[in-house]
Amino acid sequence: MTLRKYLVLVAIVVFASFGDISLSHGMKRVGTISLARWTELIAAVFNPWVALGIVLLLGFLVSYLSALSWSDLTYVLPATSFGYVLLALLSVWLLGERVSITRWIGILLVSSGIAIVTRGPSATRQPPELEPTTGGDK
Amino acid sequence: MGALRTWGAIAAIVLSSTAGDVLLSRAMRQIGHVGDLWHRAGPLAVLRAVVTHPSFLLALLFMAISFFGLLAALSWADVSLVVPAAASLTYITNAFAANLFLRERVDRRRWLAALLVCAGVALLAA
Repeated sequence: MTLRKYLVLVAIVVFASFGDISLSHGMKRVGTISLARWTELIAAVFNPWVALGIVLLLGFLVSYLSALSWSDLTYVLPATSFGYVLLALLSVWLLGERVSITRWIGILLVSSGIAIVTRGPSATRQPPELEPTTGGDK
Repeated sequence: MGALRTWGAIAAIVLSSTAGDVLLSRAMRQIGHVGDLWHRAGPLAVLRAVVTHPSFLLALLFMAISFFGLLAALSWADVSLVVPAAASLTYITNAFAANLFLRERVDRRRWLAALLVCAGVALLAA
């Protein structure tokens, strides 16, 4: 794992967390949309916070796909679960919420999982006969 | 009956989101290191390789099923049950599916990480 690859993992966490926060903030301003008036969902896209959220989530998709192109799924998923911890910490720092003892234990468990998986290899070295067939130009 | 329906929906969300992740991973592995492709052929080639890959398109379908399953489940069940249950169980099903379909080597270390994150997410999101 190079520094650059770690930065891609960090980008996944940051884009996903801030994308979700931005979307949630925007949708709270837009207000409840009932299924009967689903066309209002289209108008919601023009709310600046929702638009920013969509851009951030596109950034998430790009970095996630990039990570999957050189890492195992069972490495990327636990390694990027730091987003849950980040959201909990942000809710303390930015929103002044209190974090219960249950959530602190959750933060500890997720962090230990991340620490354990990132100390191992990021991709399975496969024998040639198991290498997936390449589609198109590799 | 209500609980059965809710857990059925959670199972559907977990399975379709696992299928989506496994297919995405499969597509990206077959395309190969996108950084290399980017340097060799430019960003448009990367975009074309991804959006025309059958596994990627199938992954989109499963992610859509998972998303609408979540919306449906939220309309009759508590968000404090559905979201943590679905998010945390996905780490376990992904470990099984990645081993089975992607032939990833899920060793003790990876299992331990998946179990810890699963338990932690359940506590955090509850």
